Amino acid sequence: MFLRVALLVLKKDVAIEAKSFEIITTTLFFAASCILVFSFAFVKEGAPVQDAASGILWIAIAFSGTLALGRTFERERYGETLRALLLAPAPRPAIYVGKLLGMVFVMVTTEVLLVPMVALLFQAPLFSRPLLLVALLLAGTIGFASVGTLFAAMLVRARTRDIMLPILLYPVTVPVMIAGVQGTSALLMSTPDEALATMWIGIVTSFDVVFITFCLWLFEPLMTE
Amino acid sequence: MKGQYFLPLFALTTAMFAAAPFVIANAPYESTMLLVQKIFYFHVPSWFVMFSAIFISGIYSVIYLVKGDRKADQIAAAAAEIAVIFGVMGLVTGPLWGRKAWGVWWQWDAKLTMALLLEMIFLGYQLVRRYGGPGSDKMSAALAVFGMVNVPFVYWSVNIWRTVHPKTSVVPTLGPGMFGAFWFSVLSFMLLFSLLLTLRLRLERQRAVLDELYLAEEP
Repeated sequence: MFLRVALLVLKKDVAIEAKSFEIITTTLFFAASCILVFSFAFVKEGAPVQDAASGILWIAIAFSGTLALGRTFERERYGETLRALLLAPAPRPAIYVGKLLGMVFVMVTTEVLLVPMVALLFQAPLFSRPLLLVALLLAGTIGFASVGTLFAAMLVRARTRDIMLPILLYPVTVPVMIAGVQGTSALLMSTPDEALATMWIGIVTSFDVVFITFCLWLFEPLMTE
Repeated sequence: MKGQYFLPLFALTTAMFAAAPFVIANAPYESTMLLVQKIFYFHVPSWFVMFSAIFISGIYSVIYLVKGDRKADQIAAAAAEIAVIFGVMGLVTGPLWGRKAWGVWWQWDAKLTMALLLEMIFLGYQLVRRYGGPGSDKMSAALAVFGMVNVPFVYWSVNIWRTVHPKTSVVPTLGPGMFGAFWFSVLSFMLLFSLLLTLRLRLERQRAVLDELYLAEEP
């Protein structure tokens, strides 16, 4: 029942997105613009500043992720479908998981373009340890999206939601950003430091476990009017 | 705190704060920091109060989210505001000391980063409460819970991030003569905290009563 509801919510979000590709295309374009702006600041005399690539990658992920979070719930609000979703005889945490999966899907799609772009434009050997990079990106994305989905959902009815979401989300997800940037930097060294990267993946994973547990628990009281 | 304890405690706190400059001035000098170290009698108690306030705010936010008890929300809101005030005190006095001790105003050390982030989270709490619109009490409660849960993660990650890089820090150890003055300051600050919390809570309750009266007035 739980998993079926979550997958149904995900299927609904993917089906709506597949009709227009609105969120994925705008998020991708926004992320690409971010990277372009950073390249003007962090490329000096043709060569990027040391360690800039990992920071740029994660800032682009966080910024575009925030935008996508806002857009997904704006769509629900506009169609007044969130109320219908909450009225459905389904466990609330399952709805949260469905929305979270949809968010992770959008963010991972963005990253599929972002990572090669950063690797290309900043001459970063991001693909030297592909499995570790994928694990780090996935753990970081889940961590960011788990808190983000809860905050975006609870802010849906707030008038100031556009500005509130980043204000609340960034300080709380700082551990994810630190781990993401430091883990990626470890992989970008001339001889990649696998042990260090694995440790950062471990830290993000434990963050994910704790915060998803809290989100599952808080979603019910937060979404009750 | 009951009404009859308020005035005696207020008098005691006032007396302790009046005596504090003399107690601090009479405490022995720390061997390497000398006069600069004296800011610790204000700086560290500020953090004691901030962390107590965050803890109280977080716990009562959990109670509010689980039971929907309005009183718990009022306590959480009052404590969150006090956390911000004492956080600002810590963040102002810290760099003043750091400039003399480390030569820089700011270090990305685990404790400093954690303090700054908690201050930001609880400033966000105030923003949500004021501009969040309907349901802002629950949103801010969720933020307080996340802020509290985040503490070990921030400390853990910043600690590793900073120990990978070289780190210079001078942490003075308290000499025997300084203990008395230090705990005197901590106690004074804690008393001030409980007084402020009581006052702030009274305001919050009166606001709630006023809101109810407004609602009752409407035809």
